[in-house]
Amino acid sequence: MKNKKFDFKDYIRQRFFPHIWCPGCGHGIVLSSLLRAVHELGLNKNEIVITSGIGCSSRISGYVDFHSLHTIHGRALSFATGVKLSKPDLKAIVPMGDGDALAIGGNHFIHAARRNIDITAIVMNNRIYGMTGGQFSPLSGCGKQATTAPYSTIDREFDVVDLAKSAGATFVARSTVFHANECKDIIKKGINHKGFSVVEILTQCPTYYGRKNKEGDAVQMMENYKTNTVKIGSKKLEKNPGLIQRGIFVEKNDVPEYCEAYDRIIETAMKGQA
Amino acid sequence: MVKDKIIQHLIEKEWCKGCGICVHFCPKQVLELDSNGKVEAVRPEDCIACMLCELRCPDLAIQIIENQEKEYEKQ
Repeated sequence: MKNKKFDFKDYIRQRFFPHIWCPGCGHGIVLSSLLRAVHELGLNKNEIVITSGIGCSSRISGYVDFHSLHTIHGRALSFATGVKLSKPDLKAIVPMGDGDALAIGGNHFIHAARRNIDITAIVMNNRIYGMTGGQFSPLSGCGKQATTAPYSTIDREFDVVDLAKSAGATFVARSTVFHANECKDIIKKGINHKGFSVVEILTQCPTYYGRKNKEGDAVQMMENYKTNTVKIGSKKLEKNPGLIQRGIFVEKNDVPEYCEAYDRIIETAMKGQA
Repeated sequence: MVKDKIIQHLIEKEWCKGCGICVHFCPKQVLELDSNGKVEAVRPEDCIACMLCELRCPDLAIQIIENQEKEYEKQ
């Protein structure tokens, strides 16, 4: 399919469209970037398995025409680990929301990163639990409004990039839905990387996060991604260190991949018998 | 260069939710929302096929089809 012009309809389950996401929700742009990345990599639809948990973002698995597993909240990475170990030839992609990845599935996230199993985790960070009605998430940060924080939050947020880095992920990157092309390129690199890849994508939730925090509509929130983010190491950081950095933070190829290491153990254990 | 091409806007109106992202980011003001709040290409001749609308449409409702005019005539 590589040379054919990109058409969404080759990669989606059209019977489920229009999708359930709110008007202006950034998750659709992540879906579109993911499909473009798959198209440009020239992957066969049967080579990919999408595993997701629960949440707005996790609905992606139902919309794509690949192998898909819609599993339990926060445990998508565990299911993906199982799939990957039994069928290492499949490309495992796990789209997760911020709450799904780092609150409910926080433990699974750090251990998948530690094992360096060849899975691409796409963390769609909208800084809120959208599907359940706008509760604050571990990525909301201090002083934000949410339905469960009417007098603003007092919890500090995780930095997904720093967390993934220190947990041992071998590919860590960040982009936003405003930078849709960059986002596609980063997803492509993440899928190609042999090892655990974490791609954080900042995406807007105009319905809850935007409305509660007076950040305007979807268009305004996307404009904010343009003004509030810079490429890694940009000079603008000297003047304004609060800007969010985008790009590839970690890319290591010297750590053994988990499935390969496991295969070697099987070989050792079976010596003389197989 | 632009004149040699015929650019078509394939818009899936049923999928469009009228968020206005494409209208806002179009550098040539080609797109507008119609009376039903769905996107419409009102000035297709101004389109430069930058694809910003297609890339950023969260509803996967817009596709830009570019045809070279000569090829188009053959078809």
